[in-house]
Amino acid sequence: MVLVYTSSPEGQLKKSAFEAVTYGYKAAQALGTEVVALTIGNVDNAGVLGQYGAGKVLNAAGAESFDSGVHAAVIAKVAEQIGASVVVMPDDSTGKSLLGRVAVRLDAGAVSGVKTLPDTSAGFVVKKNVFSGKAIVDYNINSDKKVLSIAGNTFPPEVVGGDVAVDAAGVDVPASRVRVKEVSTVKGTVPLPEAELVVSAGRGMKDPGNWGIIDELAGHLGATTACSRPVADVGWRPHHEHVGQTGVAIRPNLYIAIGISGAIQHLAGVNQSKTIVVINKDPEAPFFKAADYGIVGDLFEVVPRLNEAIKKFKAAN
Amino acid sequence: MKLLVCVSKTPDTTTKISFANNDTEFNTQGVQYIMNPYDEWYALVRALELKEATGGTVTTINVGSAANDTVIRKGLAIGADDAIRVDAPENCSTYYVARQIAEQAKAGAYDIVFFGKETIDYNGAQIGAMVAEMLDMPFISYATKMDIAGNTATISRDIEGGQEIVEVDTPFAISAAKGLAEQRIPNMRGIMMAKRKPLNVIPPVDVSEKVSVASYALPPEKKDCHYIDAEDMDKLVELLHSEAKVI
Ligand SMILES: Cc1cc2nc3c(=O)[nH]c(=O)nc-3n(C[C@H](O)[C@H](O)[C@H](O)COP(=O)(O)OP(=O)(O)OC[C@H]3O[C@@H](n4cnc5c(N)ncnc54)[C@H](O)[C@@H]3O)c2cc1C
Ligand SMILES: Nc1ncnc2c1ncn2[C@@H]1O[C@H](COP(=O)(O)O)[C@@H](O)[C@H]1O
Repeated sequence: MVLVYTSSPEGQLKKSAFEAVTYGYKAAQALGTEVVALTIGNVDNAGVLGQYGAGKVLNAAGAESFDSGVHAAVIAKVAEQIGASVVVMPDDSTGKSLLGRVAVRLDAGAVSGVKTLPDTSAGFVVKKNVFSGKAIVDYNINSDKKVLSIAGNTFPPEVVGGDVAVDAAGVDVPASRVRVKEVSTVKGTVPLPEAELVVSAGRGMKDPGNWGIIDELAGHLGATTACSRPVADVGWRPHHEHVGQTGVAIRPNLYIAIGISGAIQHLAGVNQSKTIVVINKDPEAPFFKAADYGIVGDLFEVVPRLNEAIKKFKAAN
Repeated sequence: MKLLVCVSKTPDTTTKISFANNDTEFNTQGVQYIMNPYDEWYALVRALELKEATGGTVTTINVGSAANDTVIRKGLAIGADDAIRVDAPENCSTYYVARQIAEQAKAGAYDIVFFGKETIDYNGAQIGAMVAEMLDMPFISYATKMDIAGNTATISRDIEGGQEIVEVDTPFAISAAKGLAEQRIPNMRGIMMAKRKPLNVIPPVDVSEKVSVASYALPPEKKDCHYIDAEDMDKLVELLHSEAKVI
């Protein structure tokens, strides 16, 4: 059996949950078994996980706020109950807080940020990007039980069936030792780690007052905005927008870098983007080496032109 | 309070990556190592601030070979009181490292065990959670702010697209994200004093590995950048739509 734990911040299943179930479904097919999805707490519409291949959806009520200790205990108990040999979860802040705990409880080998289905031709091998995307490692998990977290934006959700009924997981939920006082999330925009389209700008913008053209571009595309570190450090942009080695690591389908030089520490967080567009007035800017499409020019002329072009495109499509 | 900070080393981001032994090992020849930034800048410094405010001791722990002593001494130069190094081979797994830390943390009965949110080379983000489970402690990951009153900590942590504020009592484990503290640069006096501070080398306990590296590979070559005339943004939009298929 493959067990997929789907995180559900504020009771909502997100794309990362559907991705994890899609992964679990494909892994289960390859291993000749089935997939059970588990949600914890009060979750809206959990039966929808059936659409992505969950033959069964279980819910453990009674743990409304997140505590890695409690959640790990529940996941491990359910895994034992259904005889799961593989446990899958998203590689988000929830999954990363749980993976190690679940692995210890199940005495399982764990790999985080997995980007391939298991290759079982010689053991149980999964791939992961390491060294800021400068290398790929094949890990072999030797233990009977395996715990995996799945890199975001790698396994697009695939609908393979219909909704299923949600059953009670039937396990005791231990008391929490963590008291959650407040949860605040930015509403209306897709958080950076989940964003498929990202528009990012750096010191080339010269002044925080110039960000209007960036916001406009992001608006036309429905993209999330990001920035380089110095721009966040001086307070031109909020800290949560900072991407790179010391900021958020992202892997969107499209990353547009505007007035960013492309320092190695910046690239470390963005070089796994599927398509990279670089707009920079310096033809020698290192970012062009990592770019799929490059525009050498003054951003204050190029970005307004791009905005017009996208507006035109959106109107026609 | 007795504080334990887990410190690891990682290749500097600018390191050229290559492999040895038939692509089964990372080639450490000529690699410049630094302390993992999340451990150094945030976890260690927040622990030192706590000690300065409330008294106590800050011990660092590293699981690794004598090659790590430079990084460990840096931690002492920044201000840790003493250091433990569990003498372990270079290529041990996260589970192995966690088991060693848990042994020492249990023996030392620490109030708070600090981790970085992840190492920037392998991005495991596993060891903190593993140790917390082995010690049966609450684990607060991705902490960006922590205040302590008595035995109770109030911690802000990063979650997808936002923040969560939680309260927890000692003992607990915490992993540090950006914001938890401000980087400190060791001064001359600290560097001199670090030489005299204790660095205790301890033999590892036996652990059977569950995960091993089968092989390493370099990513496929990036194709050359396709330059587009700065006047012709319609062309870019067209390519993003029909060639890259991202809009
Ligand atoms: C340990 C460490 C960790 C770091 N972590 C990060 C990290 O996580 N993220 C990060 O981003 N940085 C990080 N940095 C900093 C990094 O090294 C760079 O300094 C930083 O990324 C540079 O930001 P920038 O590209 O916005 O600015 P700059 O390097 O100043 O580049 C500005 C660019 O804008 C271009 N430009 C200027 N005017 C225009 C115009 N009118 N039109 C078009 N282009 C224009 C210039 O040609 C230039 O290429 C880290 C550094 C260290 C040492
Ligand atoms: N070899 C090690 N020795 C001591 N602590 C470590 C070691 N490796 C990792 N850590 C700690 O565990 C954290 C998370 O590491 P990881 O789970 O490997 O990403 C790091 O930020 C360190 O605080």
